[in-house]
Amino acid sequence: MTDTKHNKEFEYVAGNGLLDRRLFLKRGIQFGTITALASTVTQLLQAETETAFNSARPPWMTQPGKPFSLYGKPSEFEDDVVRFPTQNESVLGNGVSWSPLHLMEGTITPNGLHFERHHNGIPQIDPAKHKLLIHGMVKQDLFFRMEDLYRYPMQSKICFIECGGNSNAGWNSSPSRSEAGYFNGMASNSEWTGVPLKVLLAEAGLKSSAKWLIAEGADAFNMQMSIPIEKAMDDAFLAIYQNGEKIRPEQGYPLRLIVPGWEGVLNVKWLRRLMITDRPVMARNETSRYTELQPDGKARQFTFFIEAKSLITSPSANMLLKQPGLYQITGLAWSGRGKIKKVDISADDGKTWAEAELQQPVLDRAFTRFRLPWQWNGKKTVIKSRAMDETGYVQPERTELIKKRGKHGFYHYNAITNWQIDEDGYVSHVYDKNENQTLSDNSIDSSWD
Amino acid sequence: MIKMKIKHSLTIVLIAVGINLVFAETMQGPGLGHAATIDEVAKWNISVFPDGEGLPEGRGSVSEGEVVYNTQCVGCHAQGGIGSAVGDQLAGAQMELTSDYPEKTIGKYWPYATTVFDVIRRSMPMTTPGSLTDNDAYAVTAYLLYLNNLIDVNAVIDKSSLPKVKMPNEDGFVKVYEVKETNK
Ligand code: HEC
Repeated sequence: MTDTKHNKEFEYVAGNGLLDRRLFLKRGIQFGTITALASTVTQLLQAETETAFNSARPPWMTQPGKPFSLYGKPSEFEDDVVRFPTQNESVLGNGVSWSPLHLMEGTITPNGLHFERHHNGIPQIDPAKHKLLIHGMVKQDLFFRMEDLYRYPMQSKICFIECGGNSNAGWNSSPSRSEAGYFNGMASNSEWTGVPLKVLLAEAGLKSSAKWLIAEGADAFNMQMSIPIEKAMDDAFLAIYQNGEKIRPEQGYPLRLIVPGWEGVLNVKWLRRLMITDRPVMARNETSRYTELQPDGKARQFTFFIEAKSLITSPSANMLLKQPGLYQITGLAWSGRGKIKKVDISADDGKTWAEAELQQPVLDRAFTRFRLPWQWNGKKTVIKSRAMDETGYVQPERTELIKKRGKHGFYHYNAITNWQIDEDGYVSHVYDKNENQTLSDNSIDSSWD
Repeated sequence: MIKMKIKHSLTIVLIAVGINLVFAETMQGPGLGHAATIDEVAKWNISVFPDGEGLPEGRGSVSEGEVVYNTQCVGCHAQGGIGSAVGDQLAGAQMELTSDYPEKTIGKYWPYATTVFDVIRRSMPMTTPGSLTDNDAYAVTAYLLYLNNLIDVNAVIDKSSLPKVKMPNEDGFVKVYEVKETNK
């Protein structure tokens, strides 16, 4: 197949086979198969598949199906779509589990696949025995029981939460070899529902000296974080529901602070105390951790906003394109500063770019799904995506980010990710071609802080 | 009667103009909070600030802290606080923050000594969090400060001496949020 022939069939929008996004609307377009390497179908299964395909009534049509269930589970054929935990070898509740972004579609993360980061395990809290204390620079210190909070006016917001430490293997001197989600999946997107924080603060009566609030969780780590009061008065809320059901224990049941667009650690789980103050407490997780050491030895602190980021989730690392042909490039983009304005895709290692289709509606500080059809000619190439948000901020290349921040910032890695596709269709993660990839600098491990 | 009517139609207009805005501005809860007493708040509030606010009574010496450390912490953070695969490095840094192998120990990186006490009292030891007495927390804090060459071997740490410990990297942090928001 030559490029001239392709040109007659499709309308190209950028180099190396990127196609008009309206192609999706055309009839009779077939996309190529992308498989995960691990799940290659065996001969035996293929024979069974043939039998099922050839019989007018496959086995599940010859007997009654299963009865109802109290709580539905995914199909048994989807049991590889799971989180990937990396945890402390002896403190088992200390670590993270990564969301399998490369195995999901759309924008909403199912509750059981939302990423986790716990410092010392998941408390099993009885909501009847849990209460929230608001105290400090308020006119009246108040306790709220869960049964009280259930009666407050609620609001919903679909938004992402991303750990400040997400994608931190990107700082390493050699590219991570993990699947896209198991390297970038400390980010997830849910519809959260709960009580606006300002309603509770108004009830307690903020004093004019109030500038910060310190949010504390009821977990074994008893974690605390300082948050500027203007965020609390703006759009922070206390979530009780996630995607329509009560928040899962690992997401902070029964009460979680949500600060839309700000780094994950501030979205304090198992919330039990809000102390109103005039200054930050300088907790361990806002001094020793979640601060970004720069090349000059100074560290950036209170880097709350998640800057725009995008990632092609398919095809992505460790997948296989079975043969040359038409494929759908798809991925996720998000920004803590507002809506995603556009996502560009390159299929020729950044030489030319084309704008991807954004799944509607594009929501403020939420995962935005992008897609673009692509004609792969079977030659080795690099594909990548680049997000721009409504403030005009453009996601940086890795070399650009490192030039600005050095390599020891650890947090807030939001650089463009390159997926290389070789002649066999195998997809792997590579760094920018003009980068010396054998630097002898310190290689941080893909840790979780 | 007339007055009420006017008020009523006004509300309707407002709602029509921007229901979200009106709702957000005037949203009020049912007022179900329960007053918390000073004692209750004092029991719950264990946050310690850089100026020493929140520090409890009690005291601990370096040598007492060494005993606490070697019985309750050494298993994870290793002899001398140099860290392990299980627990963070707390002391013993050889490399500067500007080097290719920066070591972000208490002595090299942490801006405030009060944070050491706070995190130990609230989060450590990981297996039995919250089990340290205030004296033990002071003592092991003293020991870690000593290991980082921040205090003398004979020092005693309490609520008045802890905030006074000079931390070499106190000025090492740039507050990104404050800078951005106030200068815009
Ligand atoms: C069972 C293992 C374990 C034990 C025992 C333990 N720690 Fe830790 N400690 C950890 C882990 C793991 C972390 C990091 C937690 C996280 O992921 O946030 C930590 C973090 C810390 C930190 C913060 C370090 C930093 O760089 O931010 C300090 C200080 C600390 N521990 C002190 C102590 C002291 C003092 C004791 C004894 C009283 C102790 N630890 C006992 C495992 C342990």
